[in-house]
Amino acid sequence: MTLTTPEPEPDLLYSAEEDALRAAVRALLADRCDPATVLAGLESGRPHDPGLWRALATEIGVTGLLVPEGLGGAGATAREAAVVLEELGRAMAPVPYLTSAILAVTALLGCETDRAEVADSLAALAEGRTLGALAVPLTTAPGDTGPAPVRADAAGRLTGRVTSVADVAGAGLLLVPAEGPGGPELHAVDATADGVRTEPVTPLDLTRPLGHLTLDAAAGRPLARGDRARAALDRALLTGAGLLASEQLGLADWCLTETVRYTGERTQFGRPVGSFQALKHRMAALWLDVASARAAARNSADALSGNDPEAPLAVAVAQSFCAPVAVRAAEECIQLHGGLGMTWEHPAHLYLKRAKADELALGTPGRHRETLAGLVDLAAP
Amino acid sequence: MTDAADLRRRTADLLAAHTPGTTDRLDFLRARFDAGLAWVHFPQGLGGLDAPRALQAVVDAELAAVDAPDNDPGRIGIGLGMAAPTILRYGTEEQKRRFLRPLWTGEEVWCQLFSEPGAGSDLAALATRAVRDADGNWLVDGQKVWTSSAHLARWAILVARTDPAVPKHRGLTYFVCDMTDPGVEVRPLRQITGEAEFNEVFLTGVRIPDAHRLGAVGDGWQVARTTLMNERVAIGGARTPREGGMIQVASTAWRDHPELRTHDLHQRLLKLWVDAEVARLTGERLRQQLSPTLNSVRAGGTPLGQPGPEGSGMKLAFARLAQQISGWEVEFRGEAGLTYDDWTLRRPEGVDFTGREAGYRYLRAKGNSIEGGTSEVLLNIVAERVLGLPPEPRTDKDIAWKDLPR
Repeated sequence: MTLTTPEPEPDLLYSAEEDALRAAVRALLADRCDPATVLAGLESGRPHDPGLWRALATEIGVTGLLVPEGLGGAGATAREAAVVLEELGRAMAPVPYLTSAILAVTALLGCETDRAEVADSLAALAEGRTLGALAVPLTTAPGDTGPAPVRADAAGRLTGRVTSVADVAGAGLLLVPAEGPGGPELHAVDATADGVRTEPVTPLDLTRPLGHLTLDAAAGRPLARGDRARAALDRALLTGAGLLASEQLGLADWCLTETVRYTGERTQFGRPVGSFQALKHRMAALWLDVASARAAARNSADALSGNDPEAPLAVAVAQSFCAPVAVRAAEECIQLHGGLGMTWEHPAHLYLKRAKADELALGTPGRHRETLAGLVDLAAP
Repeated sequence: MTDAADLRRRTADLLAAHTPGTTDRLDFLRARFDAGLAWVHFPQGLGGLDAPRALQAVVDAELAAVDAPDNDPGRIGIGLGMAAPTILRYGTEEQKRRFLRPLWTGEEVWCQLFSEPGAGSDLAALATRAVRDADGNWLVDGQKVWTSSAHLARWAILVARTDPAVPKHRGLTYFVCDMTDPGVEVRPLRQITGEAEFNEVFLTGVRIPDAHRLGAVGDGWQVARTTLMNERVAIGGARTPREGGMIQVASTAWRDHPELRTHDLHQRLLKLWVDAEVARLTGERLRQQLSPTLNSVRAGGTPLGQPGPEGSGMKLAFARLAQQISGWEVEFRGEAGLTYDDWTLRRPEGVDFTGREAGYRYLRAKGNSIEGGTSEVLLNIVAERVLGLPPEPRTDKDIAWKDLPR
């Protein structure tokens, strides 16, 4: 029996396959990425957890979701990648999924994928063998594509400095937007090449390391030029911003769930603190925020999974809504855990740091509202 | 199993047999009901085809395309949103056959006799009494308040106390009340907008045959909860297009009046626009959960006509948004915001949250966080039934209703 229904509305639910994918990711993370493990790894000096990354890549094969099957990937869509990000956000997993499997992969998909250079890079990223990083400041919003801070000469030598690049330290393949003699270009640069230097920054969010990247006549291999290069970068930023909403959703959902659990157990004045109406109302209001964020994040992932012309609007709505929800959820989590929430030992601070950094990542809520104003004809004064 | 193509075929057959332009409006609506195209998720013979609720959109689009008459849902919202799902779930076959068709066509308007002066949020404390006579029928005495459409209604859904000697939730029974009974008196209740959209209803020796009881004697609270959850979905869950409803009015005002724009109002409008769009998507997601389509069939969905407590969340969001947007608009309009269109006592036929001027919308929206469950009570419902937090301490739970302090 098949039902054909008109599809004017996006599919905002999770399919059975998406639920199965979620269960697999969640089981893996429960096994290898409990809060104590994440906390222990924070100050280890390692940019991420390589064992966990390998497991994501080989055991359940989610690093190549956005890469077509013909290019060595799983041929899935943004909808499935969003489910993975929800779970990674829920577990605060220290892995470069957003930066390598989303941003770098999407930038490459915007280039000519039948070129060996592009195809090989995509296959390497899909398998998780190589980590990719898109060399832009993490604060870059979709549409923020002015002249790049890196210059390319006619021979493809790259010189310049890009600040606050997420997960750059562990990346082997750098995708560098540059200004060439004839306009914008997108280059591939090996992280080990001469003239490439990264200096780590002490980040607010310890689970997503940042670094400043300096290129001094480093050898670049041009992947795209002109409008193509600009479009590839823009699509990568749009996809990253739109899927970041799902990471924020997973994070917020953890904060709510954990806060409800804790306040149901913690007793003061002879009753669970979660039985006091002032706290109940705050958690109920947060539940509504999280339920709303889920609709916004699903809508954004659904719009990105096809060639929906409304994707920029869906992304702007999701980012401007979900970012503050994640921050509020993490702030409420700390407050309603009381003194425990202020300890290093309890993982709540990881969620607050990630939520606050995510609010700046790939465009602030205000920046996305500016984008929206142009899209829905609500011009500024 | 009915699919979209089948529904299009059935709709075409209906239109062929009853041309909208030349068929009497009521005849057309009755024919539509009999063809199972009124509410396709209802059972066959009761205006539906046992089809997924989502497929209603197919029928509605086909009929809208040829400008077929509709049943004026704004006028019969209580019947469609609250009475019908309750009758469907708890009514006898005879009750369903008697009531649902004229309810849907709008021939018979319904109202809801629930709230009382002494029982608002604490609805289960209501005092209206129903006493059984020797023939097994009922005599009802009491007073109800905030009754929309009572002055237009042919029937009411009524909750009354049939046993004062047990705790408040256990002594209630649910009835269908005939509003033409001589013991029913309806008085307009003027509200802060100047109009009288609601009524007080006085019930004095109103006769109700036992055949008009819905559910078992003493089960009134359980039946009423079905109505209340549907009410929240009806208030908070009306399907709107993007930038529909209150935000459309505000956005249009912004576009039409560049001379009134300020940076502060712009920032706030964009935030409200995002909130309205996300509320729309959240309602859409809730609808998709209640009516699975094949590309995302869910197990464990809620039974027909039975939304869960999540509907309370939608209603909370709707109330907050309506108040914020209408407040924004009064401020945006500058000098015009100082004026009011008309304080005359009127008797509107339906509720129109977006009609009239900014001042009216602002005042009417104040009721959105009170009617159909106050925001404070709804937050308790979400906290307890969705999140599983401990219930409020209740001093009256195990005391017979007649012994409660009043």
